[in-house]
Amino acid sequence: MTTPIFSLKNVSKGFGSTESRTDVLRDINLEINDGELLAMVGFSGTGKTTLIKLLAGLETPDSGTLLFKGQPITGTDPKRGVIFQNYSLLPWLTVTGNVGLAVNQLYRDRSKKERREIIEHYIEMVGLSDAMFKRPAELSGGMRQRVSVARALSADPECLLMDEPLSALDALTRAVLQDQILEIWKEQQKTVVLITNSVDEAILMADRIIPFTPGTPSTLGPAFKVPLPRPRSRRSMNRNDLFKRLRNDIIHFLESEKKKTQAAVEDDRLLEIKQAS
Amino acid sequence: MKQKLINVLDLIGFTWLIPLVRLATREEPGEQIKQFFTMVGLPVIGLVLFFVAWGVVASNIKTSVGNLPGPKKVWNSAGEMMTQHKIQKDKRAKHFDKEAARKQKYEEKFPGKTYEASQFTGSPTIVDYVRTSLITVFFGFFMAVLIAVPLGVLCGLSKNFTAAINPIIQLCRPVSPLAWVLIVIVVVDGLFEFKGDIWRNTFLHAAITVCLCSLWATLSNTALGVSAVAQDHLNVARVLNLSPLKKVWKIILPSAVPYIFTGMRITLGIGWMVLIVSEMMASQKGLGHYIDLLYQNNNNESLAKIIVCIFIIGAIGFLLDRTMFVLQRAVSFGREVSA
Repeated sequence: MTTPIFSLKNVSKGFGSTESRTDVLRDINLEINDGELLAMVGFSGTGKTTLIKLLAGLETPDSGTLLFKGQPITGTDPKRGVIFQNYSLLPWLTVTGNVGLAVNQLYRDRSKKERREIIEHYIEMVGLSDAMFKRPAELSGGMRQRVSVARALSADPECLLMDEPLSALDALTRAVLQDQILEIWKEQQKTVVLITNSVDEAILMADRIIPFTPGTPSTLGPAFKVPLPRPRSRRSMNRNDLFKRLRNDIIHFLESEKKKTQAAVEDDRLLEIKQAS
Repeated sequence: MKQKLINVLDLIGFTWLIPLVRLATREEPGEQIKQFFTMVGLPVIGLVLFFVAWGVVASNIKTSVGNLPGPKKVWNSAGEMMTQHKIQKDKRAKHFDKEAARKQKYEEKFPGKTYEASQFTGSPTIVDYVRTSLITVFFGFFMAVLIAVPLGVLCGLSKNFTAAINPIIQLCRPVSPLAWVLIVIVVVDGLFEFKGDIWRNTFLHAAITVCLCSLWATLSNTALGVSAVAQDHLNVARVLNLSPLKKVWKIILPSAVPYIFTGMRITLGIGWMVLIVSEMMASQKGLGHYIDLLYQNNNNESLAKIIVCIFIIGAIGFLLDRTMFVLQRAVSFGREVSA
């Protein structure tokens, strides 16, 4: 077995100073294999974004070890491309400018012409050649996210960390972009970590799905392998028994965990009432 | 075509013309007439009422130099000032024609020698004063921007730097231009003491005073803009491992540009206000100096001319503000800008 591209051991992360501190993630143990498409699902507020930031090197863990290809992660690295939930495009730059920001930074030794070609190549890859000189304000949500994908890809990263990249989009655009991301993943053979709040999206796209337990601090649930053959068609999915069972299992896990935490909160409250009376 | 024209009008701040364009293409005529009335009709009514009230009141206000001039008298004064300007302009043209002819003759007579032309010595007119004032205010304004933007960026980037210079800023900001101008006069005169009289009578005194009084708005707005850069944009810079210098140049500064322009708009407004006072006190040029001269004349005719100057000052201030507003909108990329 090859070494995993990411490996996390007992990683915990919290925010705030000692007194008003909230732990967001606790005891995260995770190995991500090279080239796999891993989806992570969870309710909002369960530290999904925090995990992506840890993997990207934008945050450092409070405890535990965090390895990228066997080396501890000490900071950001263009090899780990990030696609942010709200696109994070620079509003004063055109599509070319936004992608160019990454290309000009990472291909400094290339000539202007070569860089130009690289920029155009990635814009074409996400199908935005017609909008090259438009600014983000003139683009739809789906187009903006495609620019963000092109920018991340143009750095030729070894993995793509996607933080709910599609959750702000309407269902139709979402489906189109799902296919596009899958195509790029297949073509480029990059590891993809996809954070999502949609179980269906996870099953449709991923090799493996790991749920977050609800509430804070959150940790990871058991991994669900998705043995469905690719390409997976949205229409046949709904009738596929394996798909249905997987979806049931994952939703069941998330809900039962939620009930558990709610029950725990309830217990605490009862205890308080008892003690008070 | 129509939408393009409307966009252009909107961009250059001529929003009041938009209903007319729409009206011309018969788009909801009733609505357009209503809009045009609120945008143009009401302001005109307001102005007319103001002039009528002024005319009525003026004849009843006694000043030390006769009655306060009414609108009609002021209008005539304005006309007279323009006539003066035309006369001076003709004189000037004639003077230079004569000089050119003399020069030619001289050079024919004494080949190889250079002719020393005599200067034109006519008195400056209102147009000259306005021109000088505009040059002065822009000189001071650009000085202010050149100082304030880098300082503001440093303030926005470093809390420690802000803490260090904040007391100075807070102390200097409320100081009246009248206080600054005296120091400026002394310092500038000192600097040029041995460089001949020509240096003493420059627009520098007024320009430096303008700069000192107006730079604070740009400084604090730049600092605000720099510290308000979206965390997402900073994350982009971090993921790409941009160097600190590149981060400032490619992410922070462009993102702060709308704030910087807001500051510059305020700076130019304050600068124009401060200019008149400092020209009155410090220089022998510009509108402020002209008003001072008129005041020294101490007669009713001059009082009317002072009122003309006040209208000119107001109109130029308004134009400068609109220009800055248009620029501010152009760099804001869809974000709202308050008119």
